[in-house]
Amino acid sequence: MTTKNMTGASILWECLEREGVTTVFGYPGGAILPAYDALKGSKIHHILVRHEQGATHMADGYARASGKVGVAVATSGPGATNMVTGIATAMLDSSPIVCITGQVGSKLIGSDAFQETDITGVTLPITKHNYLVTHASEVARTVREAFYVARSGRPGPVLIDITKDAQQTTAEFDWDAAKPQLPGYRPDLSPEKKEYEQALELIHNSKRPVILAGHGIIISGAMNEVRDFAERTGIPVALTLLGLGAFPASHPLNLGMMGMHGEAWVNHTIQEADLLLAFGMRFDDRVTGNLKTYASNAKKIHIEIDPAEINKNVKVDVPLVGDLREVLHELLPHVESIDRSEWLDSIDKLKGDAAVRDIQNLPDSGHLYAAHVINDLWRETRDVETVVVTDVGQHQMWEAQYYKHEKARSLITSGGLGTMGFALPAAIGAKVARPEAEVWVVVGDGGFQMTLCELATIVQEKLKVNIAIINNGFLGMVRQWQEFFYERNYAATPLLNPDFAKLGEAYGIKSMTVSGRSQVVPSVHQAQQHDGPVLINFRVEQEDTVYPMVAAGASLHEMIRRPSKIVETAGDE
Amino acid sequence: MLNTYVVYVENKPGVLTRVASLFRRRAFNIDSLTVGRTEKPEVSRMTITVDADHDQARRIEANLYKLVNVLLVENITNQPAIIRDLAMIKVAATHDARSHVLELASVFRARVVDVAPDSLTIEITGAEDKIDGLLEVLRPYGVLEMVRTGIVAMRRGKSSTTAATTSTGADVTEEDVSHSV
Ligand SMILES: Cc1ncc(C[n+]2csc(CCOP(=O)(O)OP(=O)(O)O)c2C)c(N)n1
Repeated sequence: MTTKNMTGASILWECLEREGVTTVFGYPGGAILPAYDALKGSKIHHILVRHEQGATHMADGYARASGKVGVAVATSGPGATNMVTGIATAMLDSSPIVCITGQVGSKLIGSDAFQETDITGVTLPITKHNYLVTHASEVARTVREAFYVARSGRPGPVLIDITKDAQQTTAEFDWDAAKPQLPGYRPDLSPEKKEYEQALELIHNSKRPVILAGHGIIISGAMNEVRDFAERTGIPVALTLLGLGAFPASHPLNLGMMGMHGEAWVNHTIQEADLLLAFGMRFDDRVTGNLKTYASNAKKIHIEIDPAEINKNVKVDVPLVGDLREVLHELLPHVESIDRSEWLDSIDKLKGDAAVRDIQNLPDSGHLYAAHVINDLWRETRDVETVVVTDVGQHQMWEAQYYKHEKARSLITSGGLGTMGFALPAAIGAKVARPEAEVWVVVGDGGFQMTLCELATIVQEKLKVNIAIINNGFLGMVRQWQEFFYERNYAATPLLNPDFAKLGEAYGIKSMTVSGRSQVVPSVHQAQQHDGPVLINFRVEQEDTVYPMVAAGASLHEMIRRPSKIVETAGDE
Repeated sequence: MLNTYVVYVENKPGVLTRVASLFRRRAFNIDSLTVGRTEKPEVSRMTITVDADHDQARRIEANLYKLVNVLLVENITNQPAIIRDLAMIKVAATHDARSHVLELASVFRARVVDVAPDSLTIEITGAEDKIDGLLEVLRPYGVLEMVRTGIVAMRRGKSSTTAATTSTGADVTEEDVSHSV
């Protein structure tokens, strides 16, 4: 192999290129300046963000939209610490990103030098792994390892902190395409034969099984296998928030979303099941409710790549530790088709009055509800390849309930950390990853204001991203908790907002405000037909509530439903 | 229940923090933690004792394996093992008491490592309860100062360092897998 003498900075870009990176999201500064200086010799496109948190969410959105590793770049100190929220977000949702930060010169480390922060120390608990690189000669191996660690096994964020001198000085560059040698890293575990046999026995003996479909399906690319499995066994599928899209919404075996804001019948079904097949999900507390009463009559099979998730929240009967797709490949030839019509019929009965309580089915009161906006958005975009990126709050849950996701990677949302401010930058990353897709941001008036500076990035990069602000004048989800649990004491949740449409115009973005139900579809059409980015400020019902709801700590079947009084009177309001 | 782990890690900067931070983050309380070298320069060895029930103990193991620099984890709680703690005890020993203290030290096979006009410093190595025993009988004389290293442990019989350094992500043995779940 031929070697070349290169600076650490040039080695960095060269290695990123070889890892298949075409775009990075970043923000310069003194300690990363040598890397920026060397960028001109690279084919990589650099997108200048407006805040480093944005860079990390963009890398994350890019990763979730494409399945590839997203890359964010920042300077030392404040640049690096601004990345923390985005790194933690990626960590909790197992999103593969690589963050590259500049660090002060290696001789200055530990001296509280200008803009020095121990970012490897700071990010230790929120990265899958991190590195401090102090020599140009370590850059190539580190980048190789970082990408491998970020994307293999249970994916996650990896941070590489590179001192200024490591960027400036030179080393012999020698790319080693082989799999990195990491003796302690074991991403390829697989179940034992015995465990497969136990799982099959449980499956074949169960009368009321349910598949719990999680994010792991999308990460491992097991959508077809899950579908095969469900169809062959006749087992219905309930989805986690991050699992939405892993199984087609229109499929007859699709039950819909489970958990805190899942449909009542879905949660009841889980509570009545005699077998849960957890596919790439981790029994998060938002999904299980009170653990003591969770699916207490059900045996549990957990297919999961991360052994540390086994028995963490819920005690399982059979763990199958491994990549979901591979595990299903092993199981599929052995599963038998069983007539489950009795079980499926009884689930149908559980649906009960859900349709009556659905705000969608109430007579038009002239009020615009968020559910209307989401539902119309779904109707108008269902025939084109669409990626919806949501923020966190009520609108996120309405999106999950009313947008019917058919395909994996068509919903991007911060599930584990629930990071407000995620949507707008993550959508930028998604659009960069999938330029052919129609990308919609669905964001609350609160979360939008956390990262709206990235509107400038959208304009500078000429990205066609459509933004739907679900503007209810409140930090809606918190207001809802105050309504239920704090006697309507709306402390610090009303928002005095700017005119979002004018704000959009100020950035040069075509913008409009919509407050009537009949204007929703035309506004979506306008956005679709316009060349550039469009912002729509949807002024929706201020005190609407996400139903059903499982209160934190309550049992999964104890749901707060839309009160029947409102069901009766909503039409007359 | 107190669990004892022997953890082999790559001898790299920051590894101790990674391991300790994992226990803190996952809210497990470390009872004792010792780190030292092994016969291989690239491998360090930790002995960690933690109070944990059976399920927690398995999750601790699985979480340790998630650290990229961790090579091998053995829970030796129920395995035949040699477990040692080292203590230095400075005990008040005036003229009258001195011969009694010396006698007690020799019964426990401890060594006197320093003699001062009114104190003796005794070094003792052994299982924790042996040290506790000596401490108990010395207390009436006045323990002025004490330091203990925390325990180090080694499984009896076959060596594990080889397993720690030869296993790679690609060829995990059955034993490793069962360790990790
Ligand atoms: C960074 C951050 N801060 C605070 C919260 C707590 N929180 C969760 S939902 C929510 C309200 C969101 O309000 P808005 O963005 O207007 O959306 P809505 O709920 O009204 O749809 C808040 C404050 C959070 N999730 N993230």
